[in-house]
Amino acid sequence: MSEINSSKTVSIISRQAPYGSNRAQQSLDIALAAAVFEQTVNYIFMGDGVYQLLGNQNATSIQSKTLVNALETLDLYGIESIFVDSQSLRERNLIPKDLSLKASIVSRDEIAIIVRASNSVFNL
Amino acid sequence: MKFTVVVHSAPYSTQAASSAYRFTKALLEQGHDVYRLFFFGDGVHNTSKLTVVAQDDTNWQQQWNKLIELQNLDSVVCVTSAIKRGIIDEAESARHELGAVSLSSSSEISGLGQLIDATINSDRVINFG
Repeated sequence: MSEINSSKTVSIISRQAPYGSNRAQQSLDIALAAAVFEQTVNYIFMGDGVYQLLGNQNATSIQSKTLVNALETLDLYGIESIFVDSQSLRERNLIPKDLSLKASIVSRDEIAIIVRASNSVFNL
Repeated sequence: MKFTVVVHSAPYSTQAASSAYRFTKALLEQGHDVYRLFFFGDGVHNTSKLTVVAQDDTNWQQQWNKLIELQNLDSVVCVTSAIKRGIIDEAESARHELGAVSLSSSSEISGLGQLIDATINSDRVINFG
């Protein structure tokens, strides 16, 4: 691997609910890999992706790993730029208090600014 | 321009993988560089060498293999995605005593670090599926 130490901004837009597809897990895997390689990570939750952040998840009865437990450790990997689309919350009758980790609630316009300032965007 | 193409979908189920193939071909035809192909999630199915299709159908796995060999592309398959879907190279086959190899010889199994490396070293990263 060449020039792995040069830091770029990678934004991940996670738009799927946690267990119906593997996209939520893949978003997390990319975010963690980017953080391990010391890239600047923006982790954005939009659409059904906001369901990933709800507390009281327990996926053991469906033989899966409980995703929110891993999401709660993001700060240990240095991922602190976590954004949630306010419109997606509103559409699903959720409020910031329902979320089990610290995140910035942002508008679509603010998300557009984050995306524009990114070198790479993964939209999953 | 230097591109990396990321393929998230299996062939035949959706159009995404074949679009990625045509996009990669078009890039090369227009004189761009392909820094890396990265197969992730269900996308790893594009790198199986054990596929057979009906005579009037396209064997996408073979098409990818030919393109990668012909253009000498760097083609990486995500290890976590691959081995649980039965995409196995010689090393994994030996390690887990599986007695079979399914990965096309033109691709190699590696980690997500290769995807991050590609985002650092490419001008554009294009995702399909």
